Amino acid sequence: MTRIFVTVFAWAVLFFLVAPLLVIFPLSFSSGEILTLPVPGYSLRWYEDFFLTERWLDATKNSFIVGIATMIIATVLGTTAAYGINLTNFRGKTVVLALLSLPMVVPLIVTAASMYLAFSVVGLANSLWGLIVAHTIIATPYVLITVLASLQTFDPNLMRGALSLGARPVTAFREVVLPLIMPGVAAGAIFAFATSFDELVIAIFITSPGEFTLPRQMFAGLREFISPTITAAAVIMILLSFILLFISEAVRRRGERLTAGKVKQ
Amino acid sequence: MSKKSRISWLLIAPLLALVVAGFILPIGYTMVKAVKNPEVTAALPRTVMVLDAWDGQGMPPDSAWDALADDIEESRRGREFGAMTRRLNFEMNGARSVLMQTRRALGSLEPPYAQSLPVAVPELATPEIWQLIKNNSNPFTASFLLRAVDLQFTPDGRIEAVPPGTAIFLDLFKRTFWISIWVTVICVVLAYPTAYYISSLSNRAASYAMLLVLVPFWTSILVRTTAWFILLQREGPINAGLQAAQITSEPLQLIFTRFAVYVAMVHVLLPFQILPLYSVMKRQGTSMLRAAASLGAPPWRQFLLVYLPLTMPGVAAGAVIVFMLSVGFYVTPALVGGLQDQMISYYIAFFTNQSINFGMVAALSLLLLVFTGALILIARRFVPGLGSLKAG
Repeated sequence: MTRIFVTVFAWAVLFFLVAPLLVIFPLSFSSGEILTLPVPGYSLRWYEDFFLTERWLDATKNSFIVGIATMIIATVLGTTAAYGINLTNFRGKTVVLALLSLPMVVPLIVTAASMYLAFSVVGLANSLWGLIVAHTIIATPYVLITVLASLQTFDPNLMRGALSLGARPVTAFREVVLPLIMPGVAAGAIFAFATSFDELVIAIFITSPGEFTLPRQMFAGLREFISPTITAAAVIMILLSFILLFISEAVRRRGERLTAGKVKQ
Repeated sequence: MSKKSRISWLLIAPLLALVVAGFILPIGYTMVKAVKNPEVTAALPRTVMVLDAWDGQGMPPDSAWDALADDIEESRRGREFGAMTRRLNFEMNGARSVLMQTRRALGSLEPPYAQSLPVAVPELATPEIWQLIKNNSNPFTASFLLRAVDLQFTPDGRIEAVPPGTAIFLDLFKRTFWISIWVTVICVVLAYPTAYYISSLSNRAASYAMLLVLVPFWTSILVRTTAWFILLQREGPINAGLQAAQITSEPLQLIFTRFAVYVAMVHVLLPFQILPLYSVMKRQGTSMLRAAASLGAPPWRQFLLVYLPLTMPGVAAGAVIVFMLSVGFYVTPALVGGLQDQMISYYIAFFTNQSINFGMVAALSLLLLVFTGALILIARRFVPGLGSLKAG
């Protein structure tokens, strides 16, 4: 009896989680202007609108520019910092770690407002550079976490061995360390990109129409007038999340296989 | 310092520099802005100097009138004058129009201003506006922080409650707190059986079921909010469905209600509760339950005395994350809630983008930050192993 109740309850909750996302798909292919079900007929007009309107295309382009730049900077800075943190038990390690993960804990609205106020003073507000800096800061904690986790299983003797054989430190890192912690680095990179691509609150504060990202443009669209083009944009974003989820799962599996293999050795 | 730890610091330095310059400093700058008060001194330096010697009783000396006239004449073209009038108007409604009037009158008046100004601008003949200028000549002020908890200074410097019509912030904090509590409770209630069910499935089935949690988790908050924004419209799919099934005869008002805020926020935050619960339950397995059963415990005792305490870290970890995220939530309530359903974050955005008042932005941010910080400290004290769970 309890068993049946739990099963039905769980499936109801899972339905609640997924159904709203599924509803967007038929709506985005609707031929009508009113967002309701059942749709009057199917068409691609809203996708056409998305791919032919400059502000949607610009927003998509901006999102990719900021997302990729954030991913690269956050991954490089996060990976080197994680390696440095893992290298020794220096004094102040816990303080540094706490400081570096602070952007994850501070409410995003406070971060956004503070960055807006301070970035305005130095001329970083209303520029893609400002947004890249902001996104890098909120994305690096994820890189730190994933890379630190994969460094846990890394044997420092391998690095010592490479150095004793005459490899320069940078070469040794690239040839020995990096391949082994790659799953963590890749997972962090995907997380960084996804964080930037989905981020809206900071974008609301520090972008003006020329620098709108895709979420920012959707937000503007929802507030001003509800054009069904928003559903097409939403579907495109869902598909992208799906791809990112797929890649991250593949990376995770690979990482697990790698670690499992090492335990066996 | 050993050579190795020097290398450590060298590797951490770039990220540390970025976080300090782009995050710690901006937050610190904002916190200081919550108590800074430069506008009046910047726009009226001479007046402030004269009033400094005045004891605040009765009318200021005649030289104050000339100083005010000089200051206004000087700042006529700069930005300072506008900033100063906005600042004083925040303290006393109407101060701005008095000062604008003074500026206009000064164009046609002759000195000595102690005689000519009070005739042209009768409001200046009362001590209030002078007291206001004197009180705000201090480079720091508690005004914004007081206003953020519905208090204000009287012209003679006492602290009083703001008039009932303008007292909004205490309610706002209470509302933010209660909405977050309810969202957290609903998330725990929905997530617990769901995570339990998934953890009881075979590995293969569980990973498919978890996909139904992970896909929304990876989908942007805005997209999920958009889905509810569309679903809950008056002509939206839910109302259409209800009418087609003849449950209701006319569309219900769903969007822009507290109900909409709860539904959408729970939908957005639920995966954060399911994921840690699932990982704890998966690790836990059911062996303890079977042990309890073999010792003769009835099912409800097995659950209450064995399983619930063992899975409590998962409940706590998820609940802390859900609660902390909801306290600072902006996008979802802003889109699907009405004005009566907005939280602190809405007013931080409002004071930044619409009614430009950076002092209030800073004060509300400071309070929200202190509130969140206190929560983290409390949670750390009462939830053992929270840090390790979050990192995992």
